Amino acid sequence: MEALAQHILTICYLIGSITFILGLKMLSNPASARKGNLVAAAGMAIAIFGTIFLYKDDSGAKLHNYPWIFGGLIIGTIVGTLAAKKVKMTAMPEMVSLFNGMGGACAMLISVIEFNHASHSLSEFPAEQSGLLLTIFLGVIIGSVSFAGSIIAWGKLNGKIKDFAFLGQQIANMVLMVCTLILAGYLTFNLTASNYHLFYLVLALSLVYGILFVFPIGGADMPVVISLLNSFTGVAAACGGFLYNNKVMLTGGILVGAAGTLLTILMCKAMNRSLKNVLIGSFGGAKKTAGGGSKEQGSYKEISISDAATVMAYANRVMIVPGYGLAVAQAQHTCHELEKLLEEKGVEVKYAIHPVAGRMPGHMNVLLAEADVSYEKLLEMEDANDVFKSTDVVLILGANDVVNPAAKNDPSSPIYGMPILEVEQAKTVIVNKRSMKPGYAGIENDLFFQPKTSMLFGDAKAALQQLVTEIKSM
Amino acid sequence: METVLNFIQENQQIIYIVILMVFLGIEIIGKVPSVLHTPLMSGANAIHGVVIIGAIIVMGKAEADNYLALILGFLAVILGTLNVVGGFVVTDRMLEMFKKKK
Repeated sequence: MEALAQHILTICYLIGSITFILGLKMLSNPASARKGNLVAAAGMAIAIFGTIFLYKDDSGAKLHNYPWIFGGLIIGTIVGTLAAKKVKMTAMPEMVSLFNGMGGACAMLISVIEFNHASHSLSEFPAEQSGLLLTIFLGVIIGSVSFAGSIIAWGKLNGKIKDFAFLGQQIANMVLMVCTLILAGYLTFNLTASNYHLFYLVLALSLVYGILFVFPIGGADMPVVISLLNSFTGVAAACGGFLYNNKVMLTGGILVGAAGTLLTILMCKAMNRSLKNVLIGSFGGAKKTAGGGSKEQGSYKEISISDAATVMAYANRVMIVPGYGLAVAQAQHTCHELEKLLEEKGVEVKYAIHPVAGRMPGHMNVLLAEADVSYEKLLEMEDANDVFKSTDVVLILGANDVVNPAAKNDPSSPIYGMPILEVEQAKTVIVNKRSMKPGYAGIENDLFFQPKTSMLFGDAKAALQQLVTEIKSM
Repeated sequence: METVLNFIQENQQIIYIVILMVFLGIEIIGKVPSVLHTPLMSGANAIHGVVIIGAIIVMGKAEADNYLALILGFLAVILGTLNVVGGFVVTDRMLEMFKKKK
């Protein structure tokens, strides 16, 4: 009977590991993604409840403190569900970051508690404990970096924390990390009753490193950073798996660590940036070398709301290019309204979606789907580029770098080589922006100065509302 | 040197798992379309919430008079649950919107 419980737990963990693998696999295919998420969630539930009721430690003792465990589970479930349900679609990225930070903090706390256990029995095994200490130190360092970094990323994404960098910060970060690792390495093999409190110094240094690591990185690069921290937390969870010789934690953690790292690289690729560039933030530096690019520009022309409305209402085909500006202004519903109105007037309306438009890759699709824009109207970049030639009006809503022709024809530009939406092939281009300020890459956009382009300044939502009223009254 | 060899010998099962999982993790998401980057990241975020199992074990083993372990363990369980539940619910919400595609 006793042995049976352990066998069942092993099977629970096995099921958990398999569902994680299947879930991730299904998540990477649009048709099965939602089911994949549920499969992984079901496996997680089996692993959690299996642990609560069936787990026994090496000495055969069952778990106790059930009120505490269930209390924590219930609080976490209620708060987590509410937060996840209430959050606006535009705030999704920072929510993911926050949850990721929670996971990192959890791994950090586990290591702290286990270290306390271990430090009580210091004198008993001096050398044999090194393996245990190594996993504890790894868990606390990775967990803390992930926790602190995620919280900063969260703060940056919702605008609470501004970019902050000081001279030599990269070097300071390096030094900090090396010091932390050396200290942790030393303690792993030489922990004594007199120096064990240095563990908390490692903890503190890791937290500081996490903060400094994310601080100088620009807000638009945050998705990449969150993805990276996500894989960190995966590794921290795997450290827990080492600690308890727990296969489901190990497989789940490593799986996320590996997949997260690849996903980070894929995201960078979609934005045509290298991971190194993101982490060191070389766009600032590149701007100076590409100084020749910001040569004297011609003048741009503005267009009034009523003119813009007329041009669009009498066009045959209008393409809308949504970008970061639309996401920030939360204008997806107004945008859909404009689209319906134009369709009623017999105008064909389509959306051209750049893979990295919005705050995260794929974010635009999610936002527009939220506003009930039908899927057939969303054109991927390749298809959109074929259609631009026969398009009368392109309406750009807060997108900049993804329509910058410099990516195609200016080899000195920092975004040279990035695939773009070739909007300049259309007859007319209307650009809605808040000001003439350059986009995230910090470079000028020739498109704005072309004769066929006119600027419609203002907040995306306000501009769209005015356009809607104007077209209605026509 | 001997310690290292011993370590590998004793933990060879785990080392095998780690290596295989690294390759598997890279392999299974290799072909993900960029549209799904955000939901996939969010889903992976929920999966590493499996760290909650460590928190439950720590919590369940804590002695009744070890307040540090009790309090930190309790916090760890809450945070881990937030990661798991919040992660899966957010991912589901994102994917729900994709569902409308036909």
